[in-house]
Amino acid sequence: MLRFVVRRLALMVPVLVGLSILLFVWIRALPGEPARSMLGQRATPEAIERINNLYGFNDPVLQQYFTYVGRLIRGDFGESTRNGDPVVSTFFDQFPATIELSFAALLFAIVLGIPLGYWAGRRVGGWLDNVIVSTSLLGVVTPVFFLAILLKLVFAEYLDWFPTSRRSDARIEATHITNFYVLDGLITREWDAAWDAIVHLILPGIALGTIPLAIIVRITRAAVADVMGEDYVRTAYSKGLDPAIIRNRHVMRNALLPVVTTIGLQTGLLLSGAVLTESVFEIGGIGRYLFEAISQRDYPVLQAYILFIALIFSIVNLLVDVSYGVIDPRVRVS
Amino acid sequence: MTRKTLGTRHMIGLASAISLVALAGCAESSRDSGGGGDDDTTSPSDGADPSAGASGGTFIFAGSADPVTLDPFFASDGESFRPARQIFEGLVGTEPGTADPAPLLATEWETSEDGLSNTFQLQDGVTFHDGADFNGTAACWNFDRWYNTPPGVGQTEDQAYYWISLFKGFAKGELTDSVYESCTVDSETEITVKLTEPFAGFVAALSLPAFSMQSPDAIEQYGATGQDDPSQSAYATEHPTGTGPFVFESWVKEDQIVLTRNDDYWGEPALLEQVQIVPIAEPKARADALLAGEIDGFDLVGPADIPRLEDEGYQILNRPAFNVLYLGFNQAVKPLDDILVRQAIAHAIDKDAVISASMPEGTAPALEFVPETVEGYTEDVPTYEFDPEKAKDLLAEAGAEDLELEFNYPTDVTRPYMPSPGDTFNAIRSQLEAVGITVKPSADVWDPDYLDKISGSKDHGIHLLGWTGDYNDTDNFLGVFFGRKSSEWGFDNPELFQALNDARGLPTVEEQIPVYEEINRQVMEFLPGIPLASPVPSLGFAPNVKGYVPSPVQDEPWNLVSVEE
Repeated sequence: MLRFVVRRLALMVPVLVGLSILLFVWIRALPGEPARSMLGQRATPEAIERINNLYGFNDPVLQQYFTYVGRLIRGDFGESTRNGDPVVSTFFDQFPATIELSFAALLFAIVLGIPLGYWAGRRVGGWLDNVIVSTSLLGVVTPVFFLAILLKLVFAEYLDWFPTSRRSDARIEATHITNFYVLDGLITREWDAAWDAIVHLILPGIALGTIPLAIIVRITRAAVADVMGEDYVRTAYSKGLDPAIIRNRHVMRNALLPVVTTIGLQTGLLLSGAVLTESVFEIGGIGRYLFEAISQRDYPVLQAYILFIALIFSIVNLLVDVSYGVIDPRVRVS
Repeated sequence: MTRKTLGTRHMIGLASAISLVALAGCAESSRDSGGGGDDDTTSPSDGADPSAGASGGTFIFAGSADPVTLDPFFASDGESFRPARQIFEGLVGTEPGTADPAPLLATEWETSEDGLSNTFQLQDGVTFHDGADFNGTAACWNFDRWYNTPPGVGQTEDQAYYWISLFKGFAKGELTDSVYESCTVDSETEITVKLTEPFAGFVAALSLPAFSMQSPDAIEQYGATGQDDPSQSAYATEHPTGTGPFVFESWVKEDQIVLTRNDDYWGEPALLEQVQIVPIAEPKARADALLAGEIDGFDLVGPADIPRLEDEGYQILNRPAFNVLYLGFNQAVKPLDDILVRQAIAHAIDKDAVISASMPEGTAPALEFVPETVEGYTEDVPTYEFDPEKAKDLLAEAGAEDLELEFNYPTDVTRPYMPSPGDTFNAIRSQLEAVGITVKPSADVWDPDYLDKISGSKDHGIHLLGWTGDYNDTDNFLGVFFGRKSSEWGFDNPELFQALNDARGLPTVEEQIPVYEEINRQVMEFLPGIPLASPVPSLGFAPNVKGYVPSPVQDEPWNLVSVEE
């Protein structure tokens, strides 16, 4: 297992280096230059020229790349060209917001998705199965931003059950230690702040979690239906085994493998969906920041953020692969 | 039986998840009805008279973005200036509700006849938030700090924009020909600032937050100078220290800035105990947050949100317009270099219809390229009344009956001068088509694509653009537009460039006024574009917010603002 993990980690290195080169070239191939974005309407040719010289935007791309790699080796990812914030510290300031949101979405998707999928899969073709399958189809095809706006309109604006935007109520005093607002509230025992943070996560969590929910339902359903047809399940029922044991040890354990893979892949989708959800609910996470960085050609932020996200995605997938071994002994052996 | 048991368990799980969601909603709404939590000390007997001894309360205000920095010298954006207006003060302020210079930390000033020397009398008994005295030494220290900004990032227009654009240069570095010469401490309450050339806008320029007086001790302690990026020093992010009515307390980036009342304020102490500034990017989301009671007020109300806010009893306050939206002509594209064609387009446009289709109520049509509030504005300029027949005749006379024009406009943006570019475009387009002009629409994302295309390339035709003024100086409008040859306008008019340059160098505003009036006439004769309107930017407030005075240049200190129970 250890060798497997080490090998996978080692494989990540060339992937990330390759990606960094591609990104570097791709970002610079975008039309529009960062200097104009930095200066906005106040850009004069002289001012643009001076910024280009100072930041090295005029240098040949290859030279810029080596300068960039040289700084990377020293652990320096540079500063945002929009506001001068150091990229790494900004990322770690904002990432908790995105993780919290993604976690809320995944929690919603898994807690609802696996039972619903199981239920549908146990009686394929039954009315409940039909309802669940067609509803989940609706979930897959509903764009995240549309659902986000709809939820906000109905539950925040019309019914006034939930806050309309942001991560916390400005009127509630909160101490921030980790920038995970729920966690901060629990650590500092500011229960109202923790509760407030949870309440702020519900609508965005549902909006972002709906597509993963629908996918998890469908994958679980298919996997459960598959396993239910296996001889050993029939045998287990025939010999009068406790249904709870059949469900947990025979059906779900075998059906979980594709589900876990799906959940792993969903993390990538969650990060891209977070861009839209964060924009609609005004959550200051990496998604919205990245979106702004693209539109304003903020090279250092784009390069670093996309690399970080790729790294996280790779690590999550590695964890998924490792978890196969835990769930399924056959994978461990092979 | 077995199956039923399993199903029921899951049902219970689902039901409890749903009830949790519903519970959360109820809890939230009950908190809402609890109202603004910590403003229990607020007891204004009469909100209309905020100075009647009311005190306490929290005011939560939403801007459109997080500030870039809290050191205003290195900022040029409105969101960075917003907290700066509360924390800091400059030598010169503005008369409330106008752009006219008024005493602030300087009680009076005098400019020598040659315009090269300015003597300021300083307010006595003012202290910075860190307890240090504000006096002549501190004031000159600030001027010298600006002038001695180290070469590097701090010397780019991205950061020290206002210093570079007004004072031109620094002690060291690439830009050395500075308008600033020296600051002398005559006494603890008097300083003299010497310039190397006359600069009539000097006193008005000092009302910009960029030239706020900052505590020398705090800057020296927390290293605002001498870094790679001075806008991100510990001083600029955690310890901004001024003399204003509010003291900086904390800044959680992308979340909130908290300021508390300065109890030792030398002027009228703030009524509010605390103010919070939160970033909410979308105009509609800001309106939603106000309606939901999550904030007490916000800036840049979208025109579409005004009716629903007013219907619910919320207040809409308009800032006097200090901007201009225009339809620009790129004369590098034929036949826009023909004055007859430009005049024809001017006669084809019904400004009132454009305004009613795409701008907030109260917006006035523009006569020239400076708004009415700016010195040098005159009604005595050539005008081009809406007359489609005349437009057609002029096009025929110019031999341009089959005129086809590329019409550029931006998407994904609202600016104070351009609240709804798509609607403005549509209104003008139909008017142009009515006189037989074929319009080829060309839409681009505002930043950087649109700006790149309009300001950085020749590849555009007629286009929508505008400008919001920074302070009361005609050069801040006309000089920005027509001070030099540019790819936006595509014309070369050395006479106009020279006239603007000469006007800028006149020693006093009084001497400048007739000159700028003449230039305004000259510009409208030449007709490089059509000034369309000066839309009024709006602020939205909860019904219980009192004492907010909108300013055309956003100089809105919140010491007289109160939030009633």
